[in-house]
Amino acid sequence: MCATCGCDTGAVSSIHHHGHDHDHSFEREHHHHKTIVDVEQDVLHQNNLLAERNRGYFDAKNIRALNLVSSPGSGKTSLLEKTLIDLKNEMDFAVIEGDQQTTNDADRIHATGTKVTQINTGKGCHLDSHMIYHAVHGMKLRENMVLFIENVGNLVCPAMFDLGEKERVVIISVTEGDDKPLKYPDMFHTSTLCIINKIDLLPYVPFSMDKVKENAKKINPNLQFREVSCTSGEGLESWYSWLRSKVLIPQEV
Amino acid sequence: MHELSIVMSIIDIAERQAQQANASHIDEIELDIGTLSGIEFDALEFAWAEGVRKTILENAVRKINKIEASATCSDCGNIFPIEHFYDACPKCSGHLISITKGKELRVKSLVVS
Repeated sequence: MCATCGCDTGAVSSIHHHGHDHDHSFEREHHHHKTIVDVEQDVLHQNNLLAERNRGYFDAKNIRALNLVSSPGSGKTSLLEKTLIDLKNEMDFAVIEGDQQTTNDADRIHATGTKVTQINTGKGCHLDSHMIYHAVHGMKLRENMVLFIENVGNLVCPAMFDLGEKERVVIISVTEGDDKPLKYPDMFHTSTLCIINKIDLLPYVPFSMDKVKENAKKINPNLQFREVSCTSGEGLESWYSWLRSKVLIPQEV
Repeated sequence: MHELSIVMSIIDIAERQAQQANASHIDEIELDIGTLSGIEFDALEFAWAEGVRKTILENAVRKINKIEASATCSDCGNIFPIEHFYDACPKCSGHLISITKGKELRVKSLVVS
């Protein structure tokens, strides 16, 4: 249908000619050799489709995929190292590392004895579902695994890109300031858990635990919190129990 | 700067649609973008200029319908415009709100020839 005058030309995308004369009183001038195509397509449609495909694969294998997001330097990799070592005998882990450059993080994860794949995004500021799709294909994941996807350190861009994860976990550290959730709301809006790291440094920095939670809850009232220190080990057990609560025990059929 | 990958996705959609319509030119592209979609309008402007170079959208006129965000309060049912994710319901001050408009990010239409 012609979107300017409403005359029916059959197929939307066909070049159409009018067999009648008429004046249009619309803003847009009507050129008869031009066609208007009604697209109505989400810009992230391709990413979202592939994310659903990843999600379906994870569900079929009962894999818990968690997307870990934070600013650079909040301690994502340290948290992972601790977790992978401490829960080694309890869960079967795999890790996808996202960074612009280097395999430094993957090397650190590899040293814990965990299966790991590094994605280098080059100039890219985030991971997308297409990268995960290919990474996962090369990994030969086992059933009932827990897959950590460590996103590129960036609190802005990764928020928009669904990777097919089950949950999104945002990590901040006490050195970053308690107004962080207000400054970077998108990421807190889309996460289910917020880990507050480096609590051993609390005596040295002007950071209010109450304030950061209050700020984050303004954006996402359902957000849960875990306070941890990867250096002292404080609070890690509460993060581990959250993780245990998310792992589905396979049912006998 | 995720706006550049957004521009790339828009080019993909435009190319595919133009091909389906047997068109060789895109004269106009109309986008719906919500104020809470995660797109920075200035950054999009910058990424657009760089991104569309030597593509089918190079000479296309871009029209952006900026969609102002609104939310419904889950506590009192009030519908109100919001500017930020952290805005509270102006009636009951609750933060348990659901965003009903403003997250749009889509290609609405093309004029091809």
